[in-house]
Formats: sequence, structure tokens, C-alpha cells
Amino acid sequence: MNPLPLVAVAGSPNAGKSALFNALTGARQKVGNYPGVTVERHSGRLTLADGRPVEMVDLPGAYSLEPASPDEAVTRDVLLGKQKGERQPDALVIVLDASNLDNHLRFALQLIELGLPTIIALNMVDLAKRDGLELDSKRLSDALGVPVVETVAVRRRGIPELQSAIDDMLSAPFCGVHEHVKSDLIHLQRRAREIATAAVVSETPVRRWTHRLDAVLLHPVIGPIILALIMFVMFQAVFAWSQLPVDWIASGVAWLSGIASAALPAGFIRSLVVDGAIAGVGAVITFLPQILILFFFILLLEGTGYMVRAAFLMDRLMHGVGLSGRAFIPLLSSFACAVPGIMATRTIDDPKDRLTTILVAPLMTCSARLPVYTLIIAAFIPNTRVVWGVGLQGLVMFGLYITGIAGALLAALVLRRGVLKGSGGGFMMELPKYQWPPLKDVIIGILTRAQIFLKRAGTIILGTTIILWALASIPQAGPGQKQSEVSIAGHIATGIETVVRPIGFNHDIALALLPAMAAREVAVSAMATVYSIDSPDEPASANRLRDQLRHRWSLATALAFLAWFVFAPQCISTIAVTRRETNGWKWPLFMVTYLFALAYLAAGATYWIAVAAGLGGT
Amino acid sequence: MNAPFQPDVIGLDRLSVGAQARVSSVDWATLDEAEACRLRHFGFDEGVTVEPLHLGPFGKDPIAIRVGRMTVAIRRRHAGAIRVIPLTQ
Repeated sequence: MNPLPLVAVAGSPNAGKSALFNALTGARQKVGNYPGVTVERHSGRLTLADGRPVEMVDLPGAYSLEPASPDEAVTRDVLLGKQKGERQPDALVIVLDASNLDNHLRFALQLIELGLPTIIALNMVDLAKRDGLELDSKRLSDALGVPVVETVAVRRRGIPELQSAIDDMLSAPFCGVHEHVKSDLIHLQRRAREIATAAVVSETPVRRWTHRLDAVLLHPVIGPIILALIMFVMFQAVFAWSQLPVDWIASGVAWLSGIASAALPAGFIRSLVVDGAIAGVGAVITFLPQILILFFFILLLEGTGYMVRAAFLMDRLMHGVGLSGRAFIPLLSSFACAVPGIMATRTIDDPKDRLTTILVAPLMTCSARLPVYTLIIAAFIPNTRVVWGVGLQGLVMFGLYITGIAGALLAALVLRRGVLKGSGGGFMMELPKYQWPPLKDVIIGILTRAQIFLKRAGTIILGTTIILWALASIPQAGPGQKQSEVSIAGHIATGIETVVRPIGFNHDIALALLPAMAAREVAVSAMATVYSIDSPDEPASANRLRDQLRHRWSLATALAFLAWFVFAPQCISTIAVTRRETNGWKWPLFMVTYLFALAYLAAGATYWIAVAAGLGGT
Repeated sequence: MNAPFQPDVIGLDRLSVGAQARVSSVDWATLDEAEACRLRHFGFDEGVTVEPLHLGPFGKDPIAIRVGRMTVAIRRRHAGAIRVIPLTQ
């Protein structure tokens, strides 16, 4: 059987390429990675009028066939049939922004020269009209020698016409592609300008919408204030809106494990299913509401064109530590959770900028650290007032956040001078016109992220959770023995203890650190479990745990424990997502190593200084 | 005995917001390959009219510049490599 005809959608960034792709293929898309690079491959299916299916692939946005980024290199290689994991397309749809023809036509001319059957989608004709620009698509078609279809992808206008044009194109006989000869950019650009000018019917200068909005949103004083407000609303939403679904998921998981416990006989299998699989998957999907809400905002900011403006406003500050303005939103998102934050680094074009951002993202104080911080602070830091309105406990919490941020900035600075040296792509971006993205496109984007997270990260997280469970349950304790000491985990904890004793950690902490790898907040419940073993009659509660901690830990140990959690990469999900986003184990391993080293040093320094200050007694 | 009229050539980073200028040359040697490539893609080459529209809030960096029908943001350092002749209105 012959494979389906493959039609590639190509175009410059901000031409509305993805919206057009969504309009042609609908919600059923497949997202994967091109082998060996972290460039996403989006594909979908188009059904022609007579029912024949066509495979569509959405190529990464590019300005020309001479690549300036990994994305553009993939686009070039696919079009020339040189990309691993992709056959050469049978035909091409080129998407052009009608109001930016002088620039976009240069790439179109290069693509037409390749000789593939080609159609031009003259997109966003409505925005061009709004800006007073009237174009003649017939004239454009004559000049280029290929069919031109006017479209407004976000409103689904011109899509049936485009479909029938694709049909005609695939039915026509075709006699092979030309070799790509490196083209003279200046010459192409001049020809593009000539053709663009010739296609203009009339142009009335109007005060453009985008310029009026930018005068406010990019204002040196008002701009940053509006950005801060938007970020504030976004975080409120991430925390407030996710509360209810997280509770539902938690009770759903509890319900499921209740059923499983009742259905399975007590013993090894039940423990594997309930404590291993269900608890593991449950821990993973509680991240989902936050991820979905955060991506709703990110996609909205991306789609409206505001994201680039936020990057513009923050670039100078980020540049100070060797990052670009593009890193701002991913790093800010990491305050909620590093997992969506790292997934959001896909908007950063430059590979080194992106990698640096991924590597420092776990230092942003995520919400999973809060239960740990709250418990330790409540147990050890007296609730006294420093000055009016400022309590000591709140001050310590604030200090932990600041330490995380300072650590991230410092780490970025060092990484950029060391392993990730190089000027990078700097900051060169097009500021697209503002427009309202169709809700359907936003939803497709959210579903795609959810799918990636659940499928790829989910498998790794589930696997590791089961391994952690096995370590804690094998071998099973006999009568009179403690499971926490007999198990492999217990022995490993004894091993960890010898390493962490110098920084003030005892055996209980060593034991809690292991399950906390699954997720940081598990450290709290792990310690509750350990301490409830001694007196199983009393119900374990937060208050009792607090008293136990006060009893057994010195203040120096508690402070060292806090310092440890600022830096330690104790989150399997983050490591799994880093592996996926960097396409290998090299960078997640590097990240885990440097963060553990930092955590050890920070906890050690804190402990030694505190002991020297006389805080070492319980 | 007048010297031939010599228009003032300045770096694009020194052009004030709202002032239009024509690109006279681009100092490609001070840019790395990817940066140069991207600037070309944006359409910066000789004879093109440019106009700074907005400055970043911190250190007036980066700069949003209108070039042709596009608005692009580049850092001050890169803008300095683009030499322009201010147009008098």
C-alpha cells in the first residue's frame, strides 16, 4: 500500500501557520519530537472532499532556508528530504502574512524554487484590511506562478477553498524537485519587495491598533506594572482554580485505592497496586490541574502576541545573568511547579538559553516545597514580630524564596560562563500584531501539553514510584521488626545517613529523603510515618509531628533541613520532564548532580554556622 | 570651496524614538553568524527605512524597531552594528 500523500505547511513565524494547520486538520493531532533534536513534530490528517486522507505536517516557523536556529534547520532538512524520521513532502502549503508580504515573500520565493507542487495561503487578509492594505491575490499568483488562496485561518475563512486547491495540486502530475542552491538573500529580498509592492491595490495609512496598544503595554512605567498585574492574576488562578480539581483527584484516587484494597487479598500484590501503582499515578495527576491552568494562560499570552512583549520588558534584567527575556515566563511559572515551567521553555529559540533556563528552573520555590517549609518553620521558628506587621516566621519563608531566586541567578551566571558558554542567539524577535486566538486553538494546545505530560513523564514517574515502593517494602518485616529498618530502603537510609551526618541530618531525615524523591511534600508524610511507628496508638497529626520534631531535632538541624530543600532536586517529575525536554539523560544527570552538591553545601554551611552560634542542642 | 555634503552616519542605537532613518550599512563582522542571519531575515539591509518605536524599561534596552512592515525587537548592542542616516522630515 502506498503511504498517504504528505503535505507540509511552511511559513515564517507569526504568519498564522499553526492556526491554519489546526483549521485544516482539526483537533486530532500527533505531537512528537524529531529524532536527535528537541524540535516538535506536529502532524495531523486532512480528509479531501472525496474522502481521501492526506497526512499534513506543520513545519517549524522559519524565515529562510538558511537556518539561524535548530527549528529552521529541521524545516530546511524536511523540505530537502534530508531530515531523519520524515519523508520528503509531496506538496507544500506556504502560509504568508498578508500585511507582511515584503518580508515573508522572500522565504516563499526560496520554497517555490524547490519545485514542489505549491499553494500559497495568503493569510490574515482581514488584519491587512484593518491596517488599510488591499491586495490583489490574482496579481500575486501570476507573479509567483503558483495558486494563491486568501485565508483568515483563525476565523476558518478560505479553508474549503484551500482544501480543494490541495486536492487539485495532488491530482496534477509532478516531476521531481530541484536541488536547493544557496540563494542570494539580498537579491531574493529585492524581488520579494517588488512582487509585494506590485500586489498592493491600495494602501491607506491608518493609526494601527497594535501601535496604540504597544504605546501602553510597552510604556517604560505602565508596561511593567501591567505585566506584574497579569502575572499576579495568573498565579492567583493557578493556585485558586486548581484547588477544587486537585481535591477531586485526591478523593478519586482515595476512592480507587479503597476499592482496590477491598477487592485484593492483603499482601504483596495489594501493596503493589495500592501503595505503588495507584499512589504513584495519583501523585502524578495531581499536578495536572495546575499544568492545564498555567498553560491556558501561557497559550493565551502567546496567541495574543503579549508573550513577546513580556519578554521585551524583562530582557534587560534577564540578560544580566546571561538569560534572555524569553526565560522570564518559564521561570516565573516554576514558582507554581517546575514541570510546566520546564515545558514552557519551548518558547525559547536559542538552545543554550533554553538549556540554562531548564537547569535553573528547579531552584524557583515551587508549591510542593511549601508543606515542608510550613512544617519546619512552625516547629522551630518562634512566632514573634520583627517590626510592625512583619513576623519572624514570614521573614524566614521570604528568605527561603529569595535564596532560591539568588541561587538560580547565580547558577545561570556560572553556567553561562562555564558549560553553556557562548553568546547565544541574544534577543531578536518579531513583535507580531495583537490578535485574539480562537478558543479552539487554545484548547488544542492545552490538550497537547496534557497528553505529553501524562504519556511521557507519567511512564517514568510511575516506574520510579513503583521502584521506591519496592525498596520500602522488600523484604517484608517479620514480627517485632520495623519495616522501615528491615527494608532495602532502610539499609539505603543507613548508607545515606553516613553521608548526611556531617551536615546535621539524622537517620529519620535520611529515611524521609528517599521517598521525598517522588515529590518533596512526601517528606512530611514520610516523617509522620516514621514517627508514628514508635507510638502507633496515637493518630499521626501535624501538631503531633511538630512536637516530635521539636523533641528530636536541634534548631541547627532544622535550619540545615530548610537549606537542603531550597536546592535539592527532590522531584522525579522534574527530572523526568527534563529528560524529555533535553532528549537524553546527560542534562538531567548534570542537573541532579549540581543541585545535590549545592544542597549539601548549603545545608552544611547552615548547620556548621548554626552549631558555632550555639544552636546545636535539642 | 565647500566640502561635499556628508550626511551624519550614526548607529541605530543612537537614533531617538520616532525618528526615521535609512540604513547605510551593516557591520556584519561584529555579529556572529546566527545573529547576522536573523538580522538579514528581518530585512535589515542597505536602503531600508527604519524607525525606533519603543525602548525597554531597564537601561533602554532592547529596542523595538519598525523595519519595512515589521516591528522587531533587538538588543542595543546589535542595533549599534546597523549604521543609519537620519531622515529629516
